[in-house]
This record gives sequence, C-alpha cells and structure tokens, in this order.
Amino acid sequence: MSATAAAPAAELRWELPSPGRVGMFTLIAAEAAIFVIFVVAYLFYLGKGISGPTPAILHAPVFISVCLFSSSATIHLAVVALRKGNVARFGLWWVLTFVLGAIFLGGTAREWNHLIRVEGLWIDTNLFGTTYYSLVGLHALHVTVGLLLLGAVALFTLFRAVRQEHAEDVDILSLYWHFVDAVWVVVFTVVYIIGR
Amino acid sequence: MSMAVAWAGPGHVFSPTDLFSPVSSPAQSVFELSVFVVAVALAIFVVVFSLITYAVVRFRHRGPDDGREPPQVYGSTQIELAWTIIPVIIVIVLFLSSARVIAAVQHPSMPVDAVKVTVIGHQFWWEYRYPGLNVVTANELHVPVSDPARPTPTLLTLLSADTDHSFWVPRLAGKTDLIPNFPNTMWVDPHQTGLYEGQCAQYCGTQHAKMLLRVYVDSREDFDRWIREQARPASPDAAVARGRRIFESTACINCHTVAGTAANGRFGPDLTHLMSRETIASGAARNTRENLRIWIENPDAIKPGSLMPPMQLERQDLEELTSYLVTLR
Amino acid sequence: MSTESVGWTPSEIAARPLVDRLHGWVTTVDHKRLGILYILYAIVFLVVGGIEATVMRIQLVRPHNDFVSPQVFNQMFTMHGTTMIFFVAMPIVFGFANYLVPLMIGARDMAFPRLNAFSFWLTAFGGLLLYFSFVGGYGLYGAGTAPDVGWFAYAPLTSKTFSRGHSTDFWTLSLLVAGIGSIGGAVNLTATILGLRCPGMTLGKMPLLVWLYLVMAGLVVLALGPLTAAQAMLMIDRYLGGHFFDTQAGGSAVVWMHFFWVFGHPEVYILVIPAFAFASEIIPVFSRKAIFGYPVMVAATVAIGFISMAVWAHHLFTIGMSAVANTFFVLSTMAIAVPTGIKIFNWLATMWGGKIHFRTPMLFCVAFLFQFLIAGLTGVMLASAPMDWQLGGSYFVVAHFHYVIVGGILFCLFAAFYYWFPKMSGRMYVERLGRLHFWLFVIGFHLTFDFMHIPGLLGMPRRIYTYEPGRGWDIWNLLVTVGVLFQVAGILVFVGNLLWSVLRGARAGSDPWDAWTLEWSTPSPPPEYNFATLPVVKSRRPLWDIKHPEDPDWRYEPGGGA
Repeated sequence: MSATAAAPAAELRWELPSPGRVGMFTLIAAEAAIFVIFVVAYLFYLGKGISGPTPAILHAPVFISVCLFSSSATIHLAVVALRKGNVARFGLWWVLTFVLGAIFLGGTAREWNHLIRVEGLWIDTNLFGTTYYSLVGLHALHVTVGLLLLGAVALFTLFRAVRQEHAEDVDILSLYWHFVDAVWVVVFTVVYIIGR
Repeated sequence: MSMAVAWAGPGHVFSPTDLFSPVSSPAQSVFELSVFVVAVALAIFVVVFSLITYAVVRFRHRGPDDGREPPQVYGSTQIELAWTIIPVIIVIVLFLSSARVIAAVQHPSMPVDAVKVTVIGHQFWWEYRYPGLNVVTANELHVPVSDPARPTPTLLTLLSADTDHSFWVPRLAGKTDLIPNFPNTMWVDPHQTGLYEGQCAQYCGTQHAKMLLRVYVDSREDFDRWIREQARPASPDAAVARGRRIFESTACINCHTVAGTAANGRFGPDLTHLMSRETIASGAARNTRENLRIWIENPDAIKPGSLMPPMQLERQDLEELTSYLVTLR
Repeated sequence: MSTESVGWTPSEIAARPLVDRLHGWVTTVDHKRLGILYILYAIVFLVVGGIEATVMRIQLVRPHNDFVSPQVFNQMFTMHGTTMIFFVAMPIVFGFANYLVPLMIGARDMAFPRLNAFSFWLTAFGGLLLYFSFVGGYGLYGAGTAPDVGWFAYAPLTSKTFSRGHSTDFWTLSLLVAGIGSIGGAVNLTATILGLRCPGMTLGKMPLLVWLYLVMAGLVVLALGPLTAAQAMLMIDRYLGGHFFDTQAGGSAVVWMHFFWVFGHPEVYILVIPAFAFASEIIPVFSRKAIFGYPVMVAATVAIGFISMAVWAHHLFTIGMSAVANTFFVLSTMAIAVPTGIKIFNWLATMWGGKIHFRTPMLFCVAFLFQFLIAGLTGVMLASAPMDWQLGGSYFVVAHFHYVIVGGILFCLFAAFYYWFPKMSGRMYVERLGRLHFWLFVIGFHLTFDFMHIPGLLGMPRRIYTYEPGRGWDIWNLLVTVGVLFQVAGILVFVGNLLWSVLRGARAGSDPWDAWTLEWSTPSPPPEYNFATLPVVKSRRPLWDIKHPEDPDWRYEPGGGA
C-alpha cells in the first residue's frame, strides 16, 4: 500500500543536512562532554594537593602549540584544494598537517620526559600529577587517533584512491582535527595560563 | 532557636524511627513543611486523578456506533497557558517554603555553650569525641535535653575515617553524610528525654545494615554525671588482673583504647567504659557477658563481615578476658 | 519473517539451514533486526534482574532473615540496579528507536548501519562482561566476584583500599564499553533524524516519537561523557596510582558524586523520554484523535531536556552542600515538574472527547498516566531538600524511582511492545493473555511499590540486607515481597504470549490498529528495504490524509501541505 498520494517529489525542494556531517558534530559533542569533566576536575583540584611538584614546574609549550594551531590552517587548505580537484596540492597540505601533528606529539613526549625524569612528576606522584597527565594525556590520545586517521588517508592518496568526489568525506574528517585543535586551545589556557 | 515545638507527645506515632514524631527542631521543621507539601500534592492528585478517571469512563468507545472518527482537536493556546501558569505558581510556593526551612536548619544561631560532639564514622561503628570534655566513647551518643525556652542544643561535627556514612535519627533531624576529608555539621535540640534510634543511611560496605544509632537524651543532671564518669580512666580491679594482662598482650591493643592502661589503639571502639553501654557491635547485640564472649571468639556469628577479627584464644584465656571486660564500667 | 512480502515460496525458506539463518542475524546491519536483537537482549536481562530483585525481597520478607549473606545481598542490589538501567532499559529504548525511527521517517535504514551493529554488539558484550564477574572475578572474602558497591559506586568505597579484587573493575569496564555503544547509537539516531527524513517531512511534521528520540539522543551525547570520564578517572586511581578520589591526597569523594550524577540524572530522562514517545503515539490511536498540542509537547520535551542537565545535585542534598546550592537545586528540580505536568495534561486532553478503545496497549498507557502522576508527586516531595533530608537514602526514594521506572517506563514499554508486536512479527498477540498480564502486573506493581513508600516514612534506609524488628517495618516488607509473586506471574504470561504468538499467532495485516504513521503503510513485517518507493508526506499523519482525503490533516496544520 503506498504511503501517500503520488506527490510529484521532483517539485519539492528537499535538502537535509548530510548525515555524515551531523554524525561527526554529534561525536564531537560527546567527546567535548568527556573533556569538560577532565577540565573541571583539573580546575577544581588546583592547589588542593598536599605535597609534591606544583604547576610552577610547567613551561608553556609554545612552539608545538603553534604547530598544532597551524595544522588547522593546513588541513583547511588541503580540503579546499581537493574540492577544486587538485589532488596533488591536497596531498601536500595533508602530509604537512600530519607532520605538524607529529611534531606536536613529539614535543609532548619531550615535555613528559623532562617532567618525569627531572622534576619527578608522574600520574601517581600527587594530585597535580594525576590531573595534569590525565588531561594532557587524553588530548594527546585524541591527537594520536587523529594522526592514525590522517595517515590512513595519506596512504589512500598515495595509492591514488582519493579523488575530488571524496572532498566532502575528507572535509568531515577534518572537522575532527579542528576539534582536537580547539580542545588544545582550552587545555593550553587552563593548564599553562590559568593554572600556573 | 525559634522553631515552635508542637509535638510533645510521649512517644512515637507509628514507629521509634518514623518521621511523624519529631522531638527536635530540625526534625520538627521538616515535619511541618512535609505536611504542607503533602497536602498540596494530595490536592493535585485528587484533581488530576478525577479528570483522568472521568475521561476514561466518559469517552470509552461503547459498542457499535456510526463508525466515524471523533472531532480532531489539535490544541488550544488558552488551555496550555492555564495549565502552565498554575503549576508555575505551585512550584514557586513550594520552592519558597522549602527555602525557608533550608535557611532555618543550615544557618541556625548556635548559643556559645552548645555541647559539641565530633562524630567519626567507621566501617561499621560510630566514634564520639567530646572535645574539651575529655570524653571518647563509641556507638551510644549522649546529649543533654534542651528546654525550648532556653535552648541547649548539641552541635555535631561529622567526619569519616574510611568511606561515606550518614547519620540518621529521624526523630531528631534529617540525615547528614559523613564523608572523608569533607567535614559536615548538624545540630539537634531534643526537648524530651529518652532513647532515639536510627542507623547509617549511606551504603558503606558489608555491614552497613548493622551500623545502628542509639542517641540517649538525658536530663542535664544525668548528662553531666555521664560526662564525669566517661572522663575517668578505667579503675584497675585486681580480681581480673590476669584478664587485663591477656588484653594488653594480645592484638586487642592494636585497635582498642582503655584509658589508664597501655591500650591506646584507635581502629576500633574505645572500651574504657564498655559496660556503660546497652549494646555492642554498634547495636547489633545486647551487651551481655555471653554476647561479649561470642563477639571476641567469632564476630561473624553476630555481624558477618565486620572488621573485628576472631581472636583465636584458648577457652580459659577467653573467659578471663571477658571477665576483665565486664569490669570496664 | 513474512514470506509473502519478498515472494519466496515456503519450500525455499525451509531449505535454508538454521546456521545460515543465525548467521544472518549475527551479521545483520538491518535496523529492524538490530532493534529486535536489542529488545530480546533486554527481555533476557529483565528476567535476570528480576531474579536478583526476588532474591532481595525474599531476604527482606522478615527481619533478621538469613536467606542470603550480607555479601551476596550487597551484590544483588548492585547487580540489579546496574543490570536494569544499563542492560535492560537502555537496550530496550535503543531497540525501539532502531526499529521505529527509520520506518516512521520514511527512510530505508539508519544513517550508519554498520555503526548500528557495532553499537549493539558493544552493549551486548558489556552485559556479558558484567555477568562474567560472577564466575570470573576473584579477590578477598566479601570483595571478590560480582560488584557490590551499589549501582552508583560511590568513592572511596570503590578504591583499591576498600574494594580489593576485581569486582569493581567489572562494573567499571562493562559500563565503559556499553557507554561507548550508547554514544554510537545516539550519533546514529541524530544523523538519521536530521538527515534521512523523507520529502515533505519537515521537523514540524515528524511523528512526536521521532522528536522525543532526537531530544533523548542529545541527552545521551551530553550525559554519557561524564560517566565515561569519571570511570576513566576511577581506573586511573585503581591501576595507575592516581588520586582523583583519594581523600588522603587532596582528592575528593564528593567530586565522584557530582560527576556521576551529572550523568545519572539525565540518564533517567534518557529512559523516560522514549516512554513518553510511546505514549504519545499510542494514546492518540486508541483515542481516535490527534495528539493535543503537538508544538507544546515538543517544546515541553526540549525544556525537560535542558532542565534535566541542571538538577543533578538533588541526589546530593544530604552531603552537606551550602544552603545556596541546596536552594538552587530545589528550584531547578521543581521547575522540571512544570513541562512534565504539561505533558500529562496534553495526553489527558488527547483522550478527552475521543472514542477510547481499551486494547492491551491502551490499558498499559492509562495505568502509566495514573502511576506517572503519583511518581511525579513523590518526586516533588523529594525535590524539597528538607524533606529529602529525611526521605533521601530511604525506601521512600526506592519506591519513588521504581514508580517512575516500573510504573512509568516499563508500563509504556509493555504498551509499545504490544502495539508494535504485530508489525515486527507479522502476527497478533493473544489479547486475553495481554489483559491477564496487565491485571496481574498492576496488582503486583501496586502491592509492591505503593506499600514500599511506608518503610521509608518509618525510617528504613536503603541497601540494608536485614533490619531490626520493633521498628514497625515488618508487615510492609512482607506485603512488598508478596507483590513480587504477581509481577513474576505477569512476566511469565507476557513471555508465554510472546513465544506462542510468534510461532502460532493469527496473521496481522500491515495496519491492525487503523493508525496514522508511516510504519503502518508497510507489510508486517516490513521487507528489508522498508518502502518500495520512498514516501512523500504533507502532514504529521500521512495515513490519516490517505484514509480521510476529504478532511486531511494538512488543511489544519501550520504550513500545511507542501
């Protein structure tokens, strides 16, 4: 039994948001909720530890933060290039994004190496260690996942599997990367500016 | 202390722990508020219940009819406004009444000579310390009666040595939690002497169910006398010297204190005046010689899962130890 | 599955081996099959959770009973609560969402079918992991095997100090996994509802069920994260030496409470809003009238969604918050009663002036109306912080939330089950058995949960494995336990009806209830592709328009027509 009278669908302008885009925004909202809780815990627990190293030992990682922020620009340029059909330029900007992200992770590793070996701060040292490593670590985990995704797309591009018609999907993926970047804006402010 | 005390009945209405027999201002003000709130709720219930019942009966489809659908009504702005505004008003009224009681209970004016007790919750017993009066006891709390004309309330500071607990003696006050590293305070001003019961009201582990509360409201003379007796150290009794030696040389002293002896453990209840209490194991058993012996030999028989270990003593030593403990008045 | 709709002859169907058919179910990405899997999974765990409740009620039938030890009792209430919330209620609301939403919006499937399957199997695995704790965990006496820390697992009871062994870890990990499944489901629902509606179905023309599920998905997205975060913090404390809830190192037990209830309160709205959705579809059909006040119902639900994120600390009135904080949460909690009451009145107005047919789905919905009214009123009492200081943490609270979850949500779930069973299975259930189930369950529900309020008023706290005689609690606990017998009988009738009808029930047509939303335009059960041609709609009740071409809905709806 047909559902309705045969309404000429062609006369109806019917545009809906793309499910992929909505899905990604929803996922970002869910992840943001998780980050909010870790940020709240970090802020609430500032100054409440009873011993051990304090945020005074932190040095703001300005260079790698600039790298990460720039990678939002580069990934945007990559998507723009792919929308125009320029796969080669897309590939270049995409790989640059990956490199900037990797620099960020490498810098985080260096910072942690210093904190653990020189300052003696690890996640179990005291309350500050717990909140610091959890929050920054959660973000670094998301960067890592992002790099895996970026790397996969880079591989696909290498095998010439990525074409102009994939621009929308790649754009949706870049939303995740922008989210990771935006989270770092918040975490950087909370940990290295407000907290110190 | 301006709460009117209207409930001066000799005992409880339905049960020793019911919410309808307050003898102390916090419980009294909650009771009065609840009468009002329940009355409003009942009125709402009667109205809406009647409307639903009417609709269900009046608009029931009865047997064969013209088979046509009833008139389709999609909505009405006036009706929606009506049943939005009236509930909003009810909410405002209930909110304001509650806010008033919150302020009265949480911000009372405490006289400077109020009795102060520190309550420390443990798995699964209550420690009571009276700072400045040199009294440490367990499981049975004594407070002085308070004359509404000249109130002498008791201020309780609530701490925890391990997990979360909650102090709930319904006839005295609503419950307040004991949370480690998060001190709380509450107050009571019972106007009638007697024993008031309750129990821990926040799940704290295996024997949460038997972490019972017994609050004795004493006349001023009785309270002062109790304080004096509790502040004295244990007096030695030569007849039970052997039992006392067993106590002091086994693991008992790791957990328990008996003032005036070498025993000053703090993990378990203070036993200096053990026999001044009517119950043991935080209300789980009456305080008799037989129960004491069972408790030491096999605590799981009384309170399975409590943190008192079975003491693995020889029969003779156990008897002598028990004989010593029953002298701790 | 109906064979006529796909043109296969019975002999061809009989030839498919059982393994093949099971493989089809296990690997399915079809929203209808996944919906049915979710629902069947939930029914199995409903029985398990019910057994746990029965064990508790037998233990509490008289004071100082020794049916089970305190250790086992504490595991029972923990597992009962955790199971019912996460492995009964959540799967069943996602199950109905999966089945109904694509059909009701004229789509072929959910937006992400493989994510859909992944979400289901994650949830299913979580439940199995939780129950593996009964056999697989180990630890010290009283602290091993199944979790016994209560379903909200307050710190520091869950720390390594007080919860040795792995019982708490089973609680944490199984819920972490299931929570990821729920988020996946919410992502799917949101993308489907916003992106896959058939032509003409603007947001203002969606069935109310779809609107309510959109709000519910939004709540899942915002509320599951805090639980996941808190549980990650707990694992960090327990295994990496972290100090989030270590009160001796500056950490705070109160922080866990806040984080948990920031999840916990919206969670109950996540469960009740789908119940509202079912009532909003079923009551109109059996009253033969359109839902009264569709735009207000949408607005009220959105308001409930927003406010529900701001009431969580009414679970914390006894922990010693400031008077200002207590007062704020009294206001926000009471405020949520306003849009909720509006919904009850709108359902009442839908019935008003109608022609009410009391088939089994409607019986459950009418009982829901009465019971949800009472539940809401006891909720208003608990919303008053001073009253909560006495009633909180007592059997009054237990009675209140079971009134909402059983008397409200479960009754609506039964209504939904009977209403859509013909569509899902292609067969009618036995109406007499449906009524028998209804009456048995109503008697049992009221025996148990009406009387359960009284011990709370007489000072009985929750989560106690036994109680003292002489406090006046005995007779009420006995009556509460007797009610369980009737509920068990009702469930047996329900399951029996289900099994018998699936195998031997009378064939149902595509539209046995003469209803008005798109799912009733498909065969029963629908083919895998749902619609031969995607529908185009002009109003909120497309099938009403077809059945009443002389008086279609779109003539009366704002923006009616194309």
